[in-house]
Amino acid sequence: MSDQSNTVPEADLHAYVDERLDDARRAEVEAWLLAHPADAERIADYRKQNAMLKMVFDPVLDELLPPQMQPQARRWSFAPLLRHAAMAGWMVLSGVVGWALHGADAGKPGPMLAMAKQAAIAHVVYTPEVLHPVEVGADQEAHLAKWLSKRLGGSVKPPHLGNVGYELVGGRLLPGNQGPSAQFMYQDARGQRLTLYLSSKAGDKGETAFRYALEGKVGVFYWIDDGMGYALSGEMEKPALLRVANAVYRGLNP
Amino acid sequence: MDGLIAGQVPRLRRYARALTGDRTRADDLVQDTLERAWNKLHLWRRGSDIRAWMFSIMHNVFVNQIRQNQVAMVALDDDVPEVPVRATQTDGLEMRDLAAAIARLPVEYREVILLVGLEQMGYEEAARVLGVPLGTVMSRLSRGRERLRALMAGATAPALRRVK
Repeated sequence: MSDQSNTVPEADLHAYVDERLDDARRAEVEAWLLAHPADAERIADYRKQNAMLKMVFDPVLDELLPPQMQPQARRWSFAPLLRHAAMAGWMVLSGVVGWALHGADAGKPGPMLAMAKQAAIAHVVYTPEVLHPVEVGADQEAHLAKWLSKRLGGSVKPPHLGNVGYELVGGRLLPGNQGPSAQFMYQDARGQRLTLYLSSKAGDKGETAFRYALEGKVGVFYWIDDGMGYALSGEMEKPALLRVANAVYRGLNP
Repeated sequence: MDGLIAGQVPRLRRYARALTGDRTRADDLVQDTLERAWNKLHLWRRGSDIRAWMFSIMHNVFVNQIRQNQVAMVALDDDVPEVPVRATQTDGLEMRDLAAAIARLPVEYREVILLVGLEQMGYEEAARVLGVPLGTVMSRLSRGRERLRALMAGATAPALRRVK
């Protein structure tokens, strides 16, 4: 009770607004605000400012980039129209699927979870594809690796998963929230498909442990290794997917 | 390396849109920032935070533009900023009020509020981006949020609403 007569420093009130306090301190600030309604109202307004800023301006993140803002625009300038049309189509689709998947996590998704979601969406979109599941097939593996490495700005190579029964089908380039991403597709003898999604800007961390998310029927193991984000998606039980995730990790870190 | 820069572009655009309140001006600002970044990439220390580096470039470009063109700084009452529309009709008005109120804030307050509130940077990182001490960030944040609150309160008061 004695705490409530003390004032909370203005800096702590802002840290409360921006959700930068640890649990203990947050509880103290909340208790103090209960006893100080005028400040509580002010702080609630500041929180609302943050929420509204996100609501108004976050859609800019999903807008298509003008061609001159894409890095390759500096070096060569072949007609980017076709690629844009393809991207627009993909984004409409991912919007629809993303909306359908939305209920799964109502909280504030971090960049890693956002990557897992993108991976699950791309999985759902491309694995049923019979005619064109990939842009570049496994028969051109070296070309595929070189192309995607160039576009993602890092070393990108499909791991070999033959020891757990999956063969590479091929891969494709995808638009992601944080720039270009890649998807490798694998298939087992029964035609069961898995996808490995890669994003070079999945978060600020250089390395993380495996994490697991379920998006509808699609399980996703996702992690960051050496600055590259990975997400393995499949419609299978968690232990079976984990076995493949381990094989992927070993394949990437021989 | 280009991929690193490219990865920041959507966030830079979001920040620039909120900062300038205008799609064309925002994309020009992003474009100028990207050109500076590409030309100065050799100065970036590998492994250091690319986001802070690029946002500080944008800050410098923006401040220079304002210095060169003081007129553009004046926020006119009729100047309704372009904002992406994703609002329902009921909160649409309040959203537009927010964008208009942001545009009327002094640039120093606007930058801090947007880096912290929209870009969700830590206070130290915002201080590095803007090249000011942490205490300055905190006092601008405090004053800026209060000013924005007052602007919003004024904007939503029915007596002040303009009728066409």
